[in-house]
Amino acid sequence: MSDTLGTSGLILNEPLLWERGKKGRRGFSMPVGDVPRNPLPPELTGDGPDFPDLGEIEVVRHYTRLSTWNFGVDTGLYPLGSCTMKYNPKINEKLAGLRGFAGAHPLLPSELSQGALQLMFELERFLAEITGLDAVTLQPAAGAQGELTGMLIVHAFHRSQGKQRTKILIPDTAHGTNPASATLCGYAPVPVPSGPEGVILPETVAALMDDETAGIMITNPNTLGLFEANIREIARVVHDRGGLVYGDGANMNAVLGIVRPGEIGVDILHLNLHKTFSTPHGGGGPGAGPVAVRKDLARFLPVPRVVERNGAYELSEDFPESVGRVLAFHGHFGILLRAYAYILSMGPDGLKQVSRLAVLNANYVRERLKDVLNPAFDRPCMHECVFSDQNQQESGITTLEMAKRLIDYGYHPPTIYFPLVVHGAIMIEPTETETKEDLDGFIEAFRSVVREAGENPDALREAPVRCKVKRLDETAAARNPCLTG
Amino acid sequence: MKKIEEIILPEELRYSADHEWVRPEGDLARVGITDYAQDQLGDIVYVELPPVGAHIAQGAVFATVESVKSVSECYMPFSGEVAAMNGPLADDPVLLNQSPYGDGWMILVKPDDPASFLQLLTAEGYRDRLKGGE
Amino acid sequence: MRYLPHTDADIAAMLGAVGLGKLDDLFEAIPEDCRFGQWLNLPEAMSEWDLERQVGHMAGRMAVSPEYALFLGAGSYDHYIPATVSSLLGRSEFVTSYTPYQPEMLQGTLQGIYEYQTLTARLLGMEVATASHYDGATALAEALLMAIRITKRKKAALSRAIHPHYRQVVRTYFAPTGYELLEIPCLETGLTDLARLEGYQDLAAVALQSPNFFGCIENVQAAADGAHASGALLVSCFTEALAFGLLKSPGSQGADIVAGEGQSLGIPRSFGGPALGMLASRKQYMRNLPGRLVGQTKDRDGRRGFVLTLATREQHIRREKATSNICSNNSLCALAAAMTMASLGGTGIRELAALNHDKAEYLKNALRDAGCAIRFSGPTFNEFVVGFPGFDTRYRRLLDRKIVAGLPLGAYYPELADHGLICVTETCSREEMDRLVREVMA
Repeated sequence: MSDTLGTSGLILNEPLLWERGKKGRRGFSMPVGDVPRNPLPPELTGDGPDFPDLGEIEVVRHYTRLSTWNFGVDTGLYPLGSCTMKYNPKINEKLAGLRGFAGAHPLLPSELSQGALQLMFELERFLAEITGLDAVTLQPAAGAQGELTGMLIVHAFHRSQGKQRTKILIPDTAHGTNPASATLCGYAPVPVPSGPEGVILPETVAALMDDETAGIMITNPNTLGLFEANIREIARVVHDRGGLVYGDGANMNAVLGIVRPGEIGVDILHLNLHKTFSTPHGGGGPGAGPVAVRKDLARFLPVPRVVERNGAYELSEDFPESVGRVLAFHGHFGILLRAYAYILSMGPDGLKQVSRLAVLNANYVRERLKDVLNPAFDRPCMHECVFSDQNQQESGITTLEMAKRLIDYGYHPPTIYFPLVVHGAIMIEPTETETKEDLDGFIEAFRSVVREAGENPDALREAPVRCKVKRLDETAAARNPCLTG
Repeated sequence: MKKIEEIILPEELRYSADHEWVRPEGDLARVGITDYAQDQLGDIVYVELPPVGAHIAQGAVFATVESVKSVSECYMPFSGEVAAMNGPLADDPVLLNQSPYGDGWMILVKPDDPASFLQLLTAEGYRDRLKGGE
Repeated sequence: MRYLPHTDADIAAMLGAVGLGKLDDLFEAIPEDCRFGQWLNLPEAMSEWDLERQVGHMAGRMAVSPEYALFLGAGSYDHYIPATVSSLLGRSEFVTSYTPYQPEMLQGTLQGIYEYQTLTARLLGMEVATASHYDGATALAEALLMAIRITKRKKAALSRAIHPHYRQVVRTYFAPTGYELLEIPCLETGLTDLARLEGYQDLAAVALQSPNFFGCIENVQAAADGAHASGALLVSCFTEALAFGLLKSPGSQGADIVAGEGQSLGIPRSFGGPALGMLASRKQYMRNLPGRLVGQTKDRDGRRGFVLTLATREQHIRREKATSNICSNNSLCALAAAMTMASLGGTGIRELAALNHDKAEYLKNALRDAGCAIRFSGPTFNEFVVGFPGFDTRYRRLLDRKIVAGLPLGAYYPELADHGLICVTETCSREEMDRLVREVMA
């Protein structure tokens, strides 16, 4: 394995915080006490939490060392399907740190927060334009919360029609948050099987759609990386029986400026700003999941909403049919700001180019791997391509083992074992921000892994060997959970 | 994972198509999951069993079995009332992997109708199903 | 564009490999009637420099300290953030990494979140804490749904002294469920009327906030006793995490589940988000917790390591039967909180909390001496309710003098018209507080 991207290097061990420190050390500059002491009655006070006392340098070394054990987009290629791990622009970080925004209190009177309100108002307009829908809420804190908000709007709509419905149609390729969000709103998910070509057929939907069904949740392009070409007909079937079409916009990166969901039958759509709009993933969050709706559903959007009045911006709760608040304040403003900056940096032509190059990159990878891995479908993909583990069945090597060995080559593995309809699924989404050289490197590495699977399978079974730790015992962690130190 | 020929299926037991086994014990019947099921699930990390006294209908879920990355439901092969459940499985779910027909038993049931066992598969019938179906 | 590295030669080579002539050919599978044939009506692309100018101008149209003296809390607090925390949090290995589904290459985040869970559990006096939620309000909603799952009852009672926005979020989450929400009224003292608990039946949970929205410190032990007497769980919530550097933890007073806001611990206010939902419970309820959990384990060579665990609770495995739909957490914010708790240390957090309280008491006394009504006489932490006739008018006049004298309460509690919620933290100097008193009485 000479000359591979992944290599070994000196990193340092680092104990847990409470294994460090000495009582009396300080890592915080305590402000001067310029007022008299005023102790509370002892029955109200406690001993304070059992935190270690660390010096500033201990804190700095601790977290610096921890960071060296992490792999981020800035480190290397991160081709996680349906996650859109694109480059996170640094100017966005700088802007989010501007004092006027970072230090702003959410409950300032409107006249003292015009900058933030203007940004939110404009971002809503940008997202409406991109999605082809009419009104937007920026409040949901993540994609899953956007889905919940969408389901709440569906629920409110049917209540306003005088009849609450009980079921919702969800394709078998859906992300797990779809049925989970539907259930939180009291809907029973009804699975919709994909057709043999990997897309939903209108007749399948027609057979399942009835007056008890609130609507359908559909991801387009879907998690197989394919455009749901029958979407208009499917929407018609659902609408004809009084249902609504909810779009999961997680895969918008494939169709910016090329398809507008609002124009092809979608009534409500959530977006993932931490996917399509370049905001960083932060090791698992925070993200943001704005929701866009058709005009006649705007009255159900969460409050407060940004409105323009006499040339100034305000927050208004004057929407009696709103589903209510989904977050204590107005949304993940720090994340909204980054997405706003990204949209202004790209412009309309740039955004369209994003999708064209994202789809190009995915098809290039698919083309260069389809002789060693088994493509789930014999047709071009959109922004992500899916393979099954069929070619590896003979050797007994699993998708998991291939993924772990890719790590040693210096690449984050693709999404594995999702979507559920593909056996041993490998879902690769390179995104548009990867160079051809990096894609070629990834392709070569994957080809080497497949070769090793045949020639030296132990290398895969032992992998990864170049990380700080070897394969971790997840069984023990689940059998005897140790969640606190 | 084991090949179908390697799956252990004691001759004296009865089997359901959903991968449970039944052993009649006098008035009662002991129920668990088969060697095939535990092999497919991989390392089992948690088992949730019904309370003693619960009456569960045939086909209804009586337990869930979790591996690290999956949850599987176990379906009652016949209707009956739970007379006992295998408490040690809570602390040692590995018993289900190591001894699915012995220490890894799940529930002891008073069946509504003992004759309902006759509908269940023999070891050979269950093995044929595995060969044909999966 | 600098984020799109493809040259024309790259594109040509890649199109050649795929057997297509132009980029548009990639979209042939999209039916004609689905295609958007026009141009997006968005502003033209801006250079980094123009963007910075424009957004900088917008940031300039915001009232922040030190230009403004802000005595505003109510769920979002101004605390000093050490330069070390900002610097460490900016490391792109933390910022640009994903959820640790491949744990071997994300041990930094995993150990960091395990440490966050531990420090959070210790702060709140609980046995286990999750890897974080969106904010205190959604954490409270999840806590109540958790209590309902555990007890299998369908009703919860919430104190009216819980932050109004938190109660709104709970109502939103509960609206489609059919579960019932009751409101426990407050007394004239500003505390929850715990005597009412005797009259409630079949509650899954009793929820109260301490310090509550008015800044008053509630008797959490009494609430726990009242809840437990009828088989309900006690859910204790909070908006100001720093309070537990000084006050008895909710866990030490009988709380079963604790949910609240961790923004005070090293997270900028940022116009309300992203924030940090903290959720903790007793160990026996562990498998009912929503959200991610990091656990300790060993690798093949016996080395200590960390992984996401108990994932079978979550949506990506249990789907419609999951404990919640939550996928993303607020991981980077949790890391910031852990860094801040680490920097403060046990000694530092006690001092800082005491300083907050002492400063708030100083302002409270000064306002009282100057003739203002301190509405609730009981002990408070770093917020309190003050009243005087014509509050709203005086409040507006103070805005013109670049002072934000708290939050006017009339819109939230009609009986508190002419009152405001004042917050004092370690960032308020004695001079600023003296100036507020002078200006209020002028």
